Amino acid sequence: MSEINKNITPPVIEIGILGWLRKNLFSTWYNTILTLIGLYFIYLIIPPLLSWIFFDATFSGTTREDCTSSGACWVFIKQNMKLIIYGLYPSDELWRINIAYFLLTVSIIYLLIPNLKYKGIVGVFLLFVFPIICIFLFSGGLGLENVETRLWGGLFLTLVIAGVGIVLSLPIGIMLALGRRSKLPVVSLLSTIFIEIWRGVPLITVLFMASNMFPLFMPEGVNFDKLIRALIGVMFFSAAYLAEVVRGGLQAMPKGQYEASQAAGLTYWKMMALIILPQSLKVVIPAIIGSFIALFKDTTLVLIIGLFDFLGIIQFVGTNPDWLGFSHEGYVFAAAIFWVFCFGMSRYSQRLEKKLDTGH
Amino acid sequence: MTSETMIEMSSVHKWFGELHVLNDINLKVTKGEKIVICGPSGSGKSTLIRCINRLEEHQRGEIVVEGTELTNDNRSVEKIRGEVGMVFQQFNLFPHLSILDNCSLAPIWVRKLPKVEAREKAMEYLKRVQIDDQAHKYPAQLSGGQQQRAAIARALCMEPRIMLFDEPTSALDPEMIKEVLDVMVGLAEGGMTMIVVTHEMGFAKEVADKIIFMDEGQIVESKNPTDFFSNPESERTKTFLSQIL
Ligand SMILES: Nc1ncnc2c1ncn2[C@@H]1O[C@H](COP(=O)(O)OP(=O)(O)O)[C@@H](O)[C@H]1O
Ligand SMILES: [Mg+2]
Repeated sequence: MSEINKNITPPVIEIGILGWLRKNLFSTWYNTILTLIGLYFIYLIIPPLLSWIFFDATFSGTTREDCTSSGACWVFIKQNMKLIIYGLYPSDELWRINIAYFLLTVSIIYLLIPNLKYKGIVGVFLLFVFPIICIFLFSGGLGLENVETRLWGGLFLTLVIAGVGIVLSLPIGIMLALGRRSKLPVVSLLSTIFIEIWRGVPLITVLFMASNMFPLFMPEGVNFDKLIRALIGVMFFSAAYLAEVVRGGLQAMPKGQYEASQAAGLTYWKMMALIILPQSLKVVIPAIIGSFIALFKDTTLVLIIGLFDFLGIIQFVGTNPDWLGFSHEGYVFAAAIFWVFCFGMSRYSQRLEKKLDTGH
Repeated sequence: MTSETMIEMSSVHKWFGELHVLNDINLKVTKGEKIVICGPSGSGKSTLIRCINRLEEHQRGEIVVEGTELTNDNRSVEKIRGEVGMVFQQFNLFPHLSILDNCSLAPIWVRKLPKVEAREKAMEYLKRVQIDDQAHKYPAQLSGGQQQRAAIARALCMEPRIMLFDEPTSALDPEMIKEVLDVMVGLAEGGMTMIVVTHEMGFAKEVADKIIFMDEGQIVESKNPTDFFSNPESERTKTFLSQIL
C-alpha cells in the first residue's frame, strides 16, 4: 500500500466546534429552524430563572421583611431549615440524627472513592450494622430517650423511608423472583399472586389501607406504629416491582450457566448466589436503580397519611402565617434536592455498570 | 481379573414428551477406559452423557456411577456430580469471574477447600493446560481454544474420577482444535476415565478404547477403533462414516 495519504486530515469544516455545530444543529433547513426556535425558548426561560434564583434573590436576613427584591426569598428556607431537615424531632436530640447523617455520608463517600481497600466491610456496615444503629439512635432505647415517630419528619423521614425501602425491598424482590421461577408449583403460585397483587395497586392505595383500614382488622388496643405500617407498605410495593425486574435478569441468563454450575456440584442456593444472581443482577442494574429512584420520589406520598416527609414539611412551613406566599421557593428547593439525590443514584448506576463490566 | 466398573447404564430409556431420545441404552465403562461416542445430530449423544451427571433425568432403567445409583435423592446426585467433571461445547465459563476464580470456585464451595489451597491447585491445572499466564483475565478476553482449555482445567480442579466431554471442539475455529485435543490426549494418557462425544476421528483412533455409534436414541455399534473403522456391521454406521471421513 502507498503511504501518500498518511498526512491528510479531515476538512476543517467537519471537525472541532464548528464542525459539530454544522453537523448537529444546522445540517438541514428544518434542523436550523428547530435550533433557532430552541435557542429562542432558552433565551425566554433561562435568564429570568437565573435572575430569580440567584441574581435578584435574597439570601441573608431572618424574616420576610428582609426579602425586598424581586427574586426568590431563600431566607424562608434558611429560617425553616431545622424543620425541613429534622421535622419535629426534639432539639436536644438532634445530635442522634446528625450522627446518622455523618455515618451515612462518610460511608457513601468512602464507597465512591475508587480503589480503596475494605470497601466490602464498609458495604456490610452500611447494609447491616448501620440500620441497627439507626433504629436505636432514632427511636431510642439503650439509655436514649424515646422519640415517637410522629415527631419524625423532613429530609430525615424521607431518607428513613427510602433507605428502609431500598435496603429491604431488594432481597425480598430477589426471593420473590426466585420464587416465581421455582419448580415447586406452590412456591411459584404464591410468589406470583403476591407480586401481581402489589403491582396491581397504586402506592397511594397501599398507604391509605396501611393507615386507615389496617387498624380495623387489628384487635382493639393493639396499636401498630403508623410509620412502620407505611414502611411495610412501601417495602412490599417496591419489592414486587423489583421482583419483576430481577426476573427479567434471570431470564436473560443462558442455560449453560445453570448446567455448568450443576455439573460442578453447586447446590441450588450456591448456584444462585455465586453464579446466576451476580450476573443477572448486573444486567438489570439500570432498572433496579430506576426502581429505587421511583421509590425515593414516591416517598412523598406518605403525606396523605399524615407523615411529614421532606416535601410535606416544606408545604407545611409554607402555611405558617409568617411565611405565607413563599411556596415557590419551597417547591424549587424541594425539586433541587430531590434531583440531586436521584441524579446521584443514576450516576452511581452508570459507574457500577462500567466497573462490573467484564466484557461479555 | 476384571477392572473396576465406573459407570453402568442398564436398559436406560428417556423421552422428551413423545420423543424417544434414549432407547434401551446399555453401557459399561471401566476405570481408565476411554469411550468416544459419535453419531448424527439429534441422535441422543448429549442426552446420554448428560444423564450420567443428572443434567437430564432418565425415566426407565438404571444408572450406577461408582457404586451410587442415580435417583431423585439429592445426595446421590451431589455425590456423583462431585466425581464427574463435564466439558461443554459452548465452554460455559462463568463470565463474571476471572479464569482463576472459575477454577477455584467449586473446590472452595463444594469441596470446602481453603481458598489458598484451591487457588494453588487451580494454578497447577491451568499450568497443565498451558494458560496459567491468563489466570487473572476474564473469559471474554480469551480465545475459544483458551476458554475451552480453561473449562477443562475448571473441571479437573474438582479432581473428578470421570470426565465427560460434549463436542468440546465443535465450537472452535479449526486452528484451535488441536490445542484442545492435545490437552485431552494428555489427560487420556494420564489414565482418566473419559467419555467423549466428538466427530474428531483422528482423536478417536488415537485415544479411544471403544467407539460407540448412536442413531435415533440407540447404540447401533460399539467396537474398538480398528474394527469400528475397518469392518462396521451396520449400514447406518457405514453411511455415517462415509459422510464424515
Ligand atoms: N430439553 C429438551 N427438550 C426437548 N427435546 C430435546 C431437549 N434436548 C434435546 N432434545 C431433543 O432430543 C433429541 C436428542 O438430542 P441430543 O441428545 O442433544 O442429540 P445430539 O447431542 O446427538 O445431537 C433431539 O431430537 C433434540 O431435539
Ligand atoms: Mg449434542
